[in-house]
Amino acid sequence: MMRIERRIKYEGDRVRGFAKEIMSVSGCEQLQSCIQCGTCSGTCPLSIYMDFSPRQVVALVRADFKNEVLRSHTVWLCASCYACTVECPRQIRITDIMYALKQRAIQDGIYPKRFPIAVLAKEFYEMVRRKGRITETLLVMRLFLKTNWGAALGSWRLGLGMIRTGRFGLRPEHIERRAELAAMLATADNGDGKPKERQ
Amino acid sequence: MKYSYFPGCSLKGLGRAYEESLLPVMKHLGVELVELDDWNCCGATAYMSVDETKAAVLAARNLAIAEKAGPRDLMAPCSACYLVLNKTKHNIADFPEINAAVQRALGNAKLTYSGNVPVRHPLDILVNDVGLDVIKEKVVRPLKGLKVAPYYGCQTVRPYATFDDAWNPTTMDRLLATAGAEVVHFPLKTKCCGGSLTGTVPEAGLRLTYILLKEAVRRGADVIATACPLCQFNLDAYQDQISRRWGPARIATVYFTQLMGLAFGLSPEQLGLKRNFVPMKPLQAEPVTA
Amino acid sequence: MNTNHKNGKVRIGFYVCHCGHNIAGMVDCPAVAQYIAKLPGVVVSRDYKYMCSDPGQELIQQDIREHQLNRVVVASCSPLLHEHTFRNAVTAGGLNPFYFQMVNIREHDSWVHTDREEATAKAKSLAHAAICRVRFHRALETTRVPIHPDVLVVGGGITGIHAALTLGNAGKKVFLVERDPSIGGHMAQFDKTFPTLDCAACILTPKMSAVRSHENITLWSYSEVVKVSGYVGNYTVTVKRKPRYVNEDLCVGCLECIQACIFKEGKFPDEFNVGLSKRKPIYIPFPQAVPPVVVIDPDRCLQVRTGKCKKTCLEACADRKAIDFTQKEELVEIKVGNIIVATGFKLFDAKRIPQYGYGLYPNVVTAIELERLVNSSGPTAGEIVLRDGRPPKSVGMILCVGSRDMKTNRWCSRTCCMHSMKLAQLVREHTEADVTVFYMDIRAPGKGCEEFYDKSLKEGIQFVRGRVAEVTDWALAPEEEGKLVIRVEDTLAGFVRRIPVDMIVLATGMEPQADAQDVRRLFNMSCGTEGWFLEKHPKLAPVSTFTDGVFIAGCCQGPKDIPDSIAQAGAAAAEAMALIDKGHIEQEPNTAYIVEADCSGCKSCIPLCPYTAIAFDEAKQKAQINEALCKGCGTCVASCPSGSIRQNLFEDEEIFSEIEGVLAYV
Repeated sequence: MMRIERRIKYEGDRVRGFAKEIMSVSGCEQLQSCIQCGTCSGTCPLSIYMDFSPRQVVALVRADFKNEVLRSHTVWLCASCYACTVECPRQIRITDIMYALKQRAIQDGIYPKRFPIAVLAKEFYEMVRRKGRITETLLVMRLFLKTNWGAALGSWRLGLGMIRTGRFGLRPEHIERRAELAAMLATADNGDGKPKERQ
Repeated sequence: MKYSYFPGCSLKGLGRAYEESLLPVMKHLGVELVELDDWNCCGATAYMSVDETKAAVLAARNLAIAEKAGPRDLMAPCSACYLVLNKTKHNIADFPEINAAVQRALGNAKLTYSGNVPVRHPLDILVNDVGLDVIKEKVVRPLKGLKVAPYYGCQTVRPYATFDDAWNPTTMDRLLATAGAEVVHFPLKTKCCGGSLTGTVPEAGLRLTYILLKEAVRRGADVIATACPLCQFNLDAYQDQISRRWGPARIATVYFTQLMGLAFGLSPEQLGLKRNFVPMKPLQAEPVTA
Repeated sequence: MNTNHKNGKVRIGFYVCHCGHNIAGMVDCPAVAQYIAKLPGVVVSRDYKYMCSDPGQELIQQDIREHQLNRVVVASCSPLLHEHTFRNAVTAGGLNPFYFQMVNIREHDSWVHTDREEATAKAKSLAHAAICRVRFHRALETTRVPIHPDVLVVGGGITGIHAALTLGNAGKKVFLVERDPSIGGHMAQFDKTFPTLDCAACILTPKMSAVRSHENITLWSYSEVVKVSGYVGNYTVTVKRKPRYVNEDLCVGCLECIQACIFKEGKFPDEFNVGLSKRKPIYIPFPQAVPPVVVIDPDRCLQVRTGKCKKTCLEACADRKAIDFTQKEELVEIKVGNIIVATGFKLFDAKRIPQYGYGLYPNVVTAIELERLVNSSGPTAGEIVLRDGRPPKSVGMILCVGSRDMKTNRWCSRTCCMHSMKLAQLVREHTEADVTVFYMDIRAPGKGCEEFYDKSLKEGIQFVRGRVAEVTDWALAPEEEGKLVIRVEDTLAGFVRRIPVDMIVLATGMEPQADAQDVRRLFNMSCGTEGWFLEKHPKLAPVSTFTDGVFIAGCCQGPKDIPDSIAQAGAAAAEAMALIDKGHIEQEPNTAYIVEADCSGCKSCIPLCPYTAIAFDEAKQKAQINEALCKGCGTCVASCPSGSIRQNLFEDEEIFSEIEGVLAYV
């Protein structure tokens, strides 16, 4: 049975002001000059796995298609390798745009609940907020706990290897002056450790 | 020569071999490193994904501590830390709203930041400050016959390619050549290894790692030299999984500092070489005095 | 010429124009006329619908005669538009045109107000100011500067050649100076030209030949302009004639000397074949070179460098004795009235974009290199081959290399889409290889060019819309082994592709010549922000510069194709001819002048003049202004510590009275 889908976008699908919002993030104004050349997608090592290529994401952002962009997995597949930013003939900071979109997706809660990359970002964030440093092994374990038990168990060989080579540290790293760090971070949020609401 | 030293979370964790080899190599060259007092995580890519202002504040604490430590450059060996600290410096300088947030936050902690501490990569410091001539003199056991593929990864040279070219960097190539190794032409030297995606989306992340390993083997390299702890982990620890998915590609990956240490006559144990998943083949000739 | 003073007093005629609705819509013109009528010295004060029209001008002339007016003020539009018209009308009425003053109550008043009362008040105060000022006007004469009839054309490419021929055919004497040993420029290197696929040499060489044999054109090849002084109509130019070590009049181009040279084979990169072949130190740039004279490279010839050579070339030329190692550089001075600069462009260095592998992978070539390969008198006699001699089975052409890129050059080089399609068609013709063109946009605006694009499509050339990210030599699939792989997002199809090809052609963009800044200083021109020579007005004066008598044409003004270059060459020639045929130019007398008695010889004005119009008379120890060069900018006037520099039409009393006039109303 052939599954057909109707795809048309109406004006109502656009979220007016989204493009302006992204462009107001420091360093993202240049996105208006995009000529859709495709160099970013051409050089991006992950673009072949993305549903929307980086070029398409820029087009969608410019046209205010917020939901389509934030629901795509493109922003999460970005490895921040900066190849696109360096190659772009209009000098658009595409990697920074991807970060801005990640931030908004997390804020709006638009991503699959167990999506590992977003979960990793949040776990990382939490660990740093509380301890000031990351203990990689603990972070990875927490990530597997929250997303994919199967993968955790399947990585037993990796775990053994890490123990064998003495890289499996379980002692949690932390800084001494945690209160100082907390005081600093507090000035940037509402005091509850959650990301600041955008105006 | 004295530098403030920012290890970053990885060099104390999965990437400890980088620190284990970096410190003796620097000491051997007479470069003094002073670890930054109570440094915190730089935030890497994850913090930026959640909150841009907080990411700047987080990194800025380190920069402020570095300023307090004295008028010295700050060495950040981990590529991600190097990138984030430099990016934060740029953001504070270019964007007033970020500067304002950072100054406010620092004020809360009674710290100040005025932007005059350069953040440098060890490759930059070794080639430009110490100098290849000085390094050559310290080489007692040239890595003769060792074919090395220099792998910089992405964040060492992009987007702030200050000390080397973003597309075809040569600092590591020159360092390894000075250590006597045969540097293999490796066009993927700045291609992304997959970063943290190797753990979260392995079919995409690991394939990038696989491509690097395969090409290094094809080019006849004996070992890959890298400058980033995550790259080293990706290239080193997943070779079984990679072989099962796509095919064999077996080659050791070490830190460039480990190779330099070997060339200086230091022992493999000293340099943390036992921490490799895929061991490097031992070097051939006996130590030769200069 | 009539100054008609009645009792030695000023008799002012004032006219305020309605300009249809443009002024009258916002300014109460009759009220302004009534206000001005009451001022002392005003004899006539009228308002009229269209002062610039014939009846309007007639009105002024009539009033001058009937009322013995000796000053005229018109309040209307911008002087840039009609000051000339009214000055002519005043002259026709028998009065010196510089007794006329114009007031702008349109652009400066009516068009920028929304309140009628305010607009009318401003009009009154501006007019009052003019009435006060015009009292102090004096009769002035325009000066005539004669124009020397000869012309210098710098640059012997297609543009310079066409300009020289046009002027030469019109009977003007032209000096054509070209720094390479032969004229022809870049066009001589092309194989076929778009969109007609004419053979470039076939259409160029007749013109080159015509230049050589033209009785009015003096061709100085292998020469460079080193000094220019003077002003429009009167330039003195020093040309450096570089030594060929071959006597141009005696050499017949038999090329025996080249055969005989002690270098058995070519050893040095051949410039004409862009380094794809080698030449000897004695060479002729290409077979159809004009002049058809051999040249010796002083940096490579053993005899010139060391003095120790068997000089087999001399032996070969024993009967004509054209080779002369005693030749020296010569400096020649000429006088010309006009200069046309047609120095062309240079190509972007593809090594600056390492991602495309130029210089790294042998089978990555630039478009100009492919032109030479395709050309039957090129290094491979027209065979398109890879470096190892095999013909390519697949070719990828990458557009916009060093164009439309903020990291290298921001502009579009205008011709690359077309010449790439042309090369694609030629490659298909010569080899039947698969050709894919990678583009961001296809720009084909000229006549016949869109049709050319269609022809390219019909010939089976593939077009992929995507800017190529990189060219690599590592394979991910079996068909990629041993080939160059292009990774690109096919934006129209919507996926990323890896395309293996044998040969890659980079369409490198045009850039200003490396010494453009030095050249522009030589001719007192400006360069735009992008480095191209700056035209006076991008739409209305594309071949003129801000320096009178110096014109630009062709690619040195901006990237363009051959038809546009020829059009500009003709335009520049016409502009020069207009000056020459008139024989003189009239200079507006708003120039500065020095009251010699007051000049203290402090020299502070001299370096300030942007037009280098002030010289110092050592004998008198006084500064001197060359009226012909002076543009009346007023800088020296303001700077002079002793106040000995004044300016016609901007005397102190004129300006101060104008200020008083404005303030009087307010």
